[in-house]
Amino acid sequence: MGQGIESEAPNNLLELLPADAVRMWVTVSDWRTAVRAAGEALTSSGATSIGYTDEMIACVEEFGPYIVIAPGIALAHARPSSSVHRAGLSWVRLGSPVEFGHESNDPVSLVIGLAAPDDSSHMTALSTLAELLSDDAARSALMEATFPGRVRDIIRAHSGADPDGKDA
Amino acid sequence: MKKILAVCGMGLGSGLLLRLQAEKALKQLEVEADVEVADIGSARALASGADVVVTSDELAAQLGEVKSQVVTITNFVDLNEMVSKLGAALESEGE
Repeated sequence: MGQGIESEAPNNLLELLPADAVRMWVTVSDWRTAVRAAGEALTSSGATSIGYTDEMIACVEEFGPYIVIAPGIALAHARPSSSVHRAGLSWVRLGSPVEFGHESNDPVSLVIGLAAPDDSSHMTALSTLAELLSDDAARSALMEATFPGRVRDIIRAHSGADPDGKDA
Repeated sequence: MKKILAVCGMGLGSGLLLRLQAEKALKQLEVEADVEVADIGSARALASGADVVVTSDELAAQLGEVKSQVVTITNFVDLNEMVSKLGAALESEGE
């Protein structure tokens, strides 16, 4: 276990999701503008350049809406590219949900943007995120959070309860 | 040792989630298996070496016919779904 995780790489979920990458009650008209909002949040936090947004949209066009990984939640991302400056996540809670065209998991009310410089440096953060989203109480609290600091507080509380590096 | 292939579009977002969830499910099922991630482009070639392929409904359709069993997951963060579907696939696969 733990192969491919570089100890130097920023892999903590909170590090990868700075406060300025968390956006609440964003108004969008369709899935493209929803993904665009996640891309802008990644760009403003310094994880990517703005071209990454179009790369994420192109990936949905290429592979379909399977990025809607759970009811109401989309994980938008593209391949590692020169648009990615460092691993990063963004969190865009939509003011009103939009359809991505997914058979079971539509409509989407949370878009999580993911930027990865390679295929493994974000693994620990993604693992923490998966644990949070699979925990009913934590997921409800995250979906009900009304301001960015609250999202980070919930993540912090969860990470604190989780022994660090248990998979190392 | 069983081999499981987690397939997504690019091999680093939802595919990685599937791998993490599959590894947790295997612990619950007390089954030892290797879980690897592949993007949809290389999945067809790699699927022949895997006992079970885990992916989404949409990507399963793009993958087409493969020899191995294909498990499709709707909710990637629902461990129960992974445990029951992967468990059933491994059981019908035989020990």
